[in-house]
Amino acid sequence: MGAGSRLRVAIIGTGNIGTDLMFKVERSPLLELAGVAGIDPSSPGLRLAREHGHPVSDTGLAGLLDLVPHIDLAFDATSARTHLEHAPVLAERGIRSVDLTPAALGPAIVPPVNLAAYPDAAEINLVTCGAQATVPIVAAVSRLAELPYAETVSTVASRSAGPGTRNNIDEFTTATARSLERIGGAAKAKAIIILNPADPPIQMRNTIYLDVGDRLSLDALTTAVTAAAADVAAYVPGYRLAAAPQLADGIATVMIEVEGAADFLPAFAGNLDIMTSAAVRVAELYATGVTA
Amino acid sequence: MTGPALRIVDTTLRDGSHAIAHQFTVDQVTTIAGALDRAGVWAIAVGHGDGLGANSLQYGRPLHTDEELLSAAAAVRKQAEIAIAILPGIGTKEDLERARAAGATVARVSTVVTEADIGVQHLGLARELGMTAHSHLNTAHLLDPDGLVEQCKIVAGAGSTGVFIVDSAGALLTDDVRRRVAAMRAALPDDVAVGMHEHNNLALGVANTVAAIQEGATLVDVSLAGLGAGGGNCQTEALIAVLEKMGIKTGVDLWPLLDVADDVVRAQVMRRRIEVDRLTITMGYASVPASYLLHAIRAAERFGLDTRDIIVELGRRKVVVGQEDMILGLAAEMAGVQAQEER
Repeated sequence: MGAGSRLRVAIIGTGNIGTDLMFKVERSPLLELAGVAGIDPSSPGLRLAREHGHPVSDTGLAGLLDLVPHIDLAFDATSARTHLEHAPVLAERGIRSVDLTPAALGPAIVPPVNLAAYPDAAEINLVTCGAQATVPIVAAVSRLAELPYAETVSTVASRSAGPGTRNNIDEFTTATARSLERIGGAAKAKAIIILNPADPPIQMRNTIYLDVGDRLSLDALTTAVTAAAADVAAYVPGYRLAAAPQLADGIATVMIEVEGAADFLPAFAGNLDIMTSAAVRVAELYATGVTA
Repeated sequence: MTGPALRIVDTTLRDGSHAIAHQFTVDQVTTIAGALDRAGVWAIAVGHGDGLGANSLQYGRPLHTDEELLSAAAAVRKQAEIAIAILPGIGTKEDLERARAAGATVARVSTVVTEADIGVQHLGLARELGMTAHSHLNTAHLLDPDGLVEQCKIVAGAGSTGVFIVDSAGALLTDDVRRRVAAMRAALPDDVAVGMHEHNNLALGVANTVAAIQEGATLVDVSLAGLGAGGGNCQTEALIAVLEKMGIKTGVDLWPLLDVADDVVRAQVMRRRIEVDRLTITMGYASVPASYLLHAIRAAERFGLDTRDIIVELGRRKVVVGQEDMILGLAAEMAGVQAQEER
């Protein structure tokens, strides 16, 4: 990529996630939207992409590859099954893949924590919204104190939980827990997800319990957690501590609220916004070479 | 009474776990499960109050794992089924497989009443494992009868053969229960039983359960001495006595259960008395899940608040089963607010 040119990205999938990504990419000074691929010509997402003047394929990824000559990176916002078909096609053409489905083919990435370790990854897996929201906090604490156990509870509005989460809820909790261990640095972890149907819908809330014993002071905890939250808020503006961190009986408790940016998804869907924001963050970091 | 026989599920050793912060000993499980089995209940529910996989900081560390408690119950059972609860999002299919291996034969897949679809996979696995697959639709006050029926159809379609109205907050009035059971009975196929799981927060546990039976419920959850979350569950021995007096056969031997309820559960297990008091009435009135009670009491002590204020605020925020972490956040927030007001 030459100096001054922007990273050319494509969006595969024209549902709510794909459309929200479109708004975020349009706003990015580092990215250029090369095209959008959908499979339903009458879908509102495709229509909107067309109205916004982007090259559009209604025959999926294959059609987009015919239509658009050069793509650096593709966001896949389809489904796990479809991504399994897309991955080899993208790899063959040297298009870096940022996967927002649960397919989990590539390394699990939480941008502020471990993207820098993967300057050459062809395939990026964004794990889950729960992992994106909680791993940065767990990692910040485990850097300061040995962490034998971490536990997270992510509560999201029912209306923001799509079939991908609903039909694979065990995969959600398991993948989140594994990333708390492997990326967050907890020796052992458990993740819980709760869907709340309240109307008006609640914002995404994450409670993080950390077994720090007597190895960390409340001051050190607060400083580390506040800095980690600011790192995430740099690319997820609605990410914030919901209360001051607590420390009692050797257990630190950190509560995080994630309000969505409401680019296309509703503001209560912070759990989806943190995924699309993380995806765009990954692309921007590759664009600027910060990862190298 | 015509129609299918009534099946009694005693949940002392599962829902009762909430009332003692999940500290059942193996000896207690052995004694109580043995007595229930001999008395002739259809099933004995066992395990952490929040179901499989709930061994956590969020819900409380149990004295024993679910496998240890299930094995103890399975070792003394001669005729009763052994039931577990699993809340998708907390427990996983792997937990269910382990529970099956430890002797569980009935899986009660519990979701918030509006979220039945998240349990479809777990119902499927229960059936694959040769278990009876039932559904607990919890926080049931959130949906009207029509909405409830739609969710019932999802779990029945996924192979559930028993669908319980779980009144987690003890918030339903007797007519609310009648309308719901009648709507479910009218909409569900004959081979799908309707069940009732009551909490006694407003002192309606036995009455609501009897009403459910009159409307066609054939599965009921009960608990010895009422031992359970919040104001406790529909009391096993009281319900059996009432039903016998009404001429409804239960097949359960009342006399020994009266003894185990008082001599074992009340005398040896119970810590905080199970009664309808200002806290449980507030929970029923504000529609807050009964499982929050001890967590709310602890948070109130820690932050110097009135437990009732926390419960009312939880109700205002429309919490559902499983959001115990809200209590700590809310209490901290309320304590901060109060401290500022005092300045």
